[in-house]
Amino acid sequence: MYLFITELWAFMRVRKKMWLAPLVVLMVVIAALLVLAEGSVISPFVYVLF
Amino acid sequence: MHILGISAYYHDSAACLVSDGELVAAAQEERFTRRKHDPGFPAYAARYCLRAGRLCPADVDYVVFYDKPFSKFERIFETYLAFAPRGFKSFAMSMPIWLKDKLFQRTLISETLNEQLGNDIDWSSRLRFSEHHLSHAASAFFPSPFHEAAVLTMDGVGEWTTTSLAIGRGKELSVFREIHFPHSLGLLYSAFTYYSGFKVNSGEYKVMGLAPYGEPKYLDLIKEHLINIKEDGSFHLNMSFFDYCTGLTMTNGRFDALFGGPARRPESRLTQREMDLAASIQAVTEEVVLKLAREIRTTTGQRNLCLAGGVALNCVANGKLLREELFDNIWIQPAAGDAGGAVGAALGAYHLMLEKPRSIHSGDSMKGAYLGPEFSQREIEKSLRTAGAVFTTESDEVLISNVVHALVDGKAIGWMQGRMEFGPRALGGRSIIADPRSPTIQKQLNLKVKYRESFRPFAPSVLREDVSQWFQLDFDSPYMLLVADVISTKQLPMSEKQTQLFGIDKLNVARSEIPAVTHVDYSARVQTVHHTTNPRFHRLISKFKELTGCPVLVNTSFNVRGEPIVCTPEDAFRCFMGTEIELLAIGNSLLRKEDQSRASLKDYRSCYEFD
Repeated sequence: MYLFITELWAFMRVRKKMWLAPLVVLMVVIAALLVLAEGSVISPFVYVLF
Repeated sequence: MHILGISAYYHDSAACLVSDGELVAAAQEERFTRRKHDPGFPAYAARYCLRAGRLCPADVDYVVFYDKPFSKFERIFETYLAFAPRGFKSFAMSMPIWLKDKLFQRTLISETLNEQLGNDIDWSSRLRFSEHHLSHAASAFFPSPFHEAAVLTMDGVGEWTTTSLAIGRGKELSVFREIHFPHSLGLLYSAFTYYSGFKVNSGEYKVMGLAPYGEPKYLDLIKEHLINIKEDGSFHLNMSFFDYCTGLTMTNGRFDALFGGPARRPESRLTQREMDLAASIQAVTEEVVLKLAREIRTTTGQRNLCLAGGVALNCVANGKLLREELFDNIWIQPAAGDAGGAVGAALGAYHLMLEKPRSIHSGDSMKGAYLGPEFSQREIEKSLRTAGAVFTTESDEVLISNVVHALVDGKAIGWMQGRMEFGPRALGGRSIIADPRSPTIQKQLNLKVKYRESFRPFAPSVLREDVSQWFQLDFDSPYMLLVADVISTKQLPMSEKQTQLFGIDKLNVARSEIPAVTHVDYSARVQTVHHTTNPRFHRLISKFKELTGCPVLVNTSFNVRGEPIVCTPEDAFRCFMGTEIELLAIGNSLLRKEDQSRASLKDYRSCYEFD
C-alpha cells in the first residue's frame, strides 16, 4: 500500500493533477468502507456514517 | 537480459519474451484458454514463453506491462467529471472495478505472477509499465528492418492517446505529436461497427470486408456532422453523436436520427444500408490515414514508415497508402492490435529504458510472426493417438504431394505446421487451405467449414517471387496486411447484367481466374510466402504451382466463427472433426475424414459464441 501511495503521489505531481488527490482519496475510502462493510465487524459504524 | 512483455485486462491478452534484444516467443492467451479475445492475465502464454526460452521464472529480469494504469484511470475519471452528472450508470459500473483491482495493478500483476509463475521472486521490483502508444510505436519500429523511420500508431484509445506520430532512429524512439481521447479514429470505426450490428473490438474487419459491396453514400454526412478532418490529418469528433464517453453503447439517439434509424440488430439480415455505411466509414478512414501519412512524411522527411495500433490492421487503407507512394517502404507490425503491445513494451524497455543497442535484420525481427508453440512429430503422434485419431505418417515429399492432389480435387484442408502465428492472421502455420481457382470454394468454406457470414472474403497466399504476376503488388506482404487488386489479365470481364448487380448479389459472380480470393471490387488481402520464413508452406505452394500453373492458395485461419485459431494438435483434430474439412496435415501426420471413427464427430457449430 505504501508503494501504491508513493507512486500515485508521484504520478499526480508529475502530471500536475494534485486536485485529483482529494477525490481519489474520498473514492478509495468509500470503496474500502463498502468492501469492509460486507459482513465485517465495522458494519455498524458504516451504517452510522451513512 | 530477459524481458517478459505483458498485455492484459482489456482484450487480446498476450505475452512475449525478449532475450538480449531478440524476440524469442510471443503468443495470445486466447489460443490456450480457447476463449476468443481473452482479456485475462496471460498466464498460459507467459509460461509458454518461458518454456520456449528455456528459462525458469527467476531468470526474468523485467516484466513490462503494456500500458499505464494511473494514466488510464486519470483519463476515465476526468472524462466522467467532465460529463457529470451524465454517465452516472457507467461511472457506477466501472469505478468499483478500478478501485478494487485496476488501480492497484502493480499489486494485482505481482500477485498473479506469484500465483502463476512462482512465489519466491520479488515480482514487484521487476515490474515496469510502458505507455500504451509508446508500446505500439515500439512494436512497429524496433522489429522493423529500418534504421530510421517515421512511426504512425492509431487505435481506439490507450491512456489518453488515440493517434501518435513518432520518429525512430537506431535505438531511439520519440513521439512528437498526439491526438487525444475522445477524438479517436479507432473508436469512430468501432462506432460504425456497433451501428452495423457487429461486435466492437472484433467485428471491425467485417465492416472492412463489407465495404466493397456498398457505395460511400454517407461520406459527406459523416464529414459534415461527425468528424472534422484537417489538412494535416488531425481530426475532431462531434461528441454529441457518440455515447462512449459516458454511456454503455458507442452511439446515441442523435446518431440514429442522422442515419435514419436504430443500429442493426446483431445477426439480423444485412441490407444495402449497412454496406453503404461500411463503404462510407472505410472512405473516411482512408482519408485520415493518408493525410496523417502525408503529414508525417513532410514533417519528418523520413522515407520509411512503420505502422501499429488496431487501425493498422485495416489492410485496405494500408494498400491505398502503399499505392500513394508517399514512402519508399512501409512495415506494419503483424500483431498491430493490443496483443502486439506486449512486444512493444518488452522491446521498448530493452532499447529505451536499458539503452541497449538494436540489431537490424534484412527482413525484420518478427521471424515471419511464427513465434508461438510448435510440436515435435513424436508429440503430434502421441496427441493424435490419445484423441482417437486415425492417421498415417508420411515423408515430407509424400505429405506435400498428397495435400496438393487433395487441393486440386477441391478439398478443404487443415494445415498445421511448425510454430503458431502471433497476431490475428493465420499465415500457413495454423491455416485452412484450398484451391483458389474453384468458383464454389468460397461459399463452401464460409458455410460448411467456417460457419460464418457468406459475404466474407478469403485471402490468398502467393509465392513472393510470383506476386506481381497475379496481383498489382511487387512488395513484401508477409503478414497479410496489404490489399491489392488481382492484375487485369487475370480478371474476368463481367456481362452488363452482372455489373448491374447490387450488394450480396455481386458475391456469386466469378471475377478472376482465382475467384475464391477475389473480392467483389477485384481486391485481395495478399500474403506473400517466403522461403526464408516458412519453407514448408513455400514448398507446398510451389508444388501446387507445378501441377496447376497457379502459385496461389486460399488461406484462412484454422478455426470456426467465434473460436480462437487452433494451437495444439488436439485443437486441430477437434476442429477437423467438427467441420467439413476433408484432410488434415499436422506435421508429417495425415488424417483423412473418411478414416475417422464416427464417434469422434461432434456438433462444433454451437461450441463457440459468435464473434
